[in-house]
Amino acid sequence: MKFKELAIKNPGDLYFGTAPNPVKTPRGLVIGGGNIYPELNFTLPEMSINKTDYSAVLKQYREIVTGALDHAVHLYSDGIVLELETLIEMTQIPQMGIDIVKIMNEICEENFIKHGLKSEIRLTPNDLREFERPPKQRTTKLIEPMMELFERGALAGGNLLSIESTGGKEISDDALMMCDIKQFIFSQAVLGVRDMEMLWGKIVAIAKKTATIPGGDTACGFGNTAMVLAEKKYIPKVFAAVARIATVVRTLVAVEQGAKGPDKDCGYEGPFLKAITGIPISMEGKTSACAHLSPLGNVAAACADLWSNESVQNVKLLAGMAPTVYYEQLQYDTRLMNEAIKGGKQDILQLQKLFVNSDTFYDPQAFILSPKSVIEISKEIVKGENYIDATKRGCLKGLELIENAIMEGTLLRDEKEDVWIEMLKSDIASIPENESDFVELILPTIDQSKVILSEYGL
Amino acid sequence: MNELLEKIELCIEFGKINNAAVYPPNMRGQDGADELTKQALEEGISPDDVLNKALIPGMDKVGQKFSENKIFVPQMLMSAKAMSSAMKHIQPFFKSGQVKQKGTFIIGTVSGDLHDIGKNLVAMMIEGSGWKVIDLGVDVKSEQYIEALKENPGGAVGLSALLTTTMVNMEQIVIDIKSFSENAKVLIGGAPVNTDFCQRIGADYYSPDPQGAVAYLNSLAV
Repeated sequence: MKFKELAIKNPGDLYFGTAPNPVKTPRGLVIGGGNIYPELNFTLPEMSINKTDYSAVLKQYREIVTGALDHAVHLYSDGIVLELETLIEMTQIPQMGIDIVKIMNEICEENFIKHGLKSEIRLTPNDLREFERPPKQRTTKLIEPMMELFERGALAGGNLLSIESTGGKEISDDALMMCDIKQFIFSQAVLGVRDMEMLWGKIVAIAKKTATIPGGDTACGFGNTAMVLAEKKYIPKVFAAVARIATVVRTLVAVEQGAKGPDKDCGYEGPFLKAITGIPISMEGKTSACAHLSPLGNVAAACADLWSNESVQNVKLLAGMAPTVYYEQLQYDTRLMNEAIKGGKQDILQLQKLFVNSDTFYDPQAFILSPKSVIEISKEIVKGENYIDATKRGCLKGLELIENAIMEGTLLRDEKEDVWIEMLKSDIASIPENESDFVELILPTIDQSKVILSEYGL
Repeated sequence: MNELLEKIELCIEFGKINNAAVYPPNMRGQDGADELTKQALEEGISPDDVLNKALIPGMDKVGQKFSENKIFVPQMLMSAKAMSSAMKHIQPFFKSGQVKQKGTFIIGTVSGDLHDIGKNLVAMMIEGSGWKVIDLGVDVKSEQYIEALKENPGGAVGLSALLTTTMVNMEQIVIDIKSFSENAKVLIGGAPVNTDFCQRIGADYYSPDPQGAVAYLNSLAV
């Protein structure tokens, strides 16, 4: 653990639009520099991606970006980030992803020159390694096209590099379904951490080589999977809240390796990263309901530096094409927050209070994302002697805060979940801090055919 | 009802797998579905009675509680595991024809798609309700589904997809399966699909959740 103290020590200093270590982009966005920008995400409608339809795929992206940026100019935008999170085919055949980045960049540049519109592309290749079961995280040939897309895509205009990496997922999926917190923490604090060290070392090297910005990772496949399962009432909300805290340390490793931010939108662990490292973060809340439901619609905005819609299909709505419509929603959300920023800290904290208080009573997942909870939990995380200890400390602090809030009546009690709080506390406390001991404890409890430990350097 | 059958039903309902299992805490140290099923068969209770008077009613109660949001998935999966531990003793009687299985369910995430947590959940719940489940994994092509159907004639097939761009693959797989076996029942699920899409591509059933898939399959087994 490189970070031993917090970059933001006081909840009153953890708010939207400003980060201790802002990121300046080539076309002039200063993310975390006293302004919050929309980050628009989009995907294709129902269609196949193959050689026959390739020109139709490119046409879709051209239409999406043209539509959104035209509207951004119309709404006097301060700036916008566009994320290209590639679909499998676009990473398998890197040229496909690169062609799309080129088209997007061409439109961004045109609007910059013609209208002064500041925009930037976040390039997020999908993690192909999941294709192999069990995955060969380090030795697979599937890393090659991913890295090729990072490098050539960066040169084509993808100035912010990110990924939604999947190290540890072969264990975490079952752990989530069985609500086995010990296995889940193993997937994050042992496997996840080790994989992030390897992967982000490579990504940061590419960013240096291409003079681009290593953004950050997201534990989407872990924490958000837990959140979606909890939304469907499949697993307890308190388990999902603790799982979220357990993802912090693995995502933090990207920053340890040199990621500068903005951290990726679907990483709701972002507020903890911002508090610990000072990097700017992207967040998504109510305006991402087009992609998934959540109990975090307002509180997610509390300390965001980019505000995202997660993903929307390019389909026609009454007002226009969905990405343009969602851009408008993001624009008005951020315009309101920027107006608060113009009014000074008192206005910022007033708006933030409304974001926070309107959500935190109803769900422990929202509760742990209030700036107050984030700072208290982050303080415990940085006390950790190693990644496992840090994760345990963060999770136990989160549970303590949740329990206290339920007792004080500031967090809604769900009696069905009471038993889970006790079980989680005792299970987490029983995890050994030493990695070898933890591996020894977990191995007999998992399906070992699903994981190749040597692929994590174990 | 026989006291032993009642105990087995309770083990299934509360997910008590065997004597060594620590879950549920209030049944710690007691025999579980594994030992009690073995004992019941040794005492001469018919496998059909164990299945139909203890195991299936136990799982039905679990399914009911889950549908009413009274328990979570892990609790239901513990029950499914308890069911599996009992079923291993019943299995030989399927082969001899003394007990009839509900059927075979072949499931996979369609080609080009790697998302599988929803698919895994459906597979576990269907297995827990007494079906033989063949999980083909992720990125599954038409030929693999058809091969599994050849090996398991009369099986039902489940297709899962999470991406808008793999819905097209799902459609082709349904066409291929139906060309191979017109009567094969095909269920679909996943975030981008719905009943309209199901009807359009010629699949037989869409379920937004695992419980719906279980209910549909069980209706076929009646």
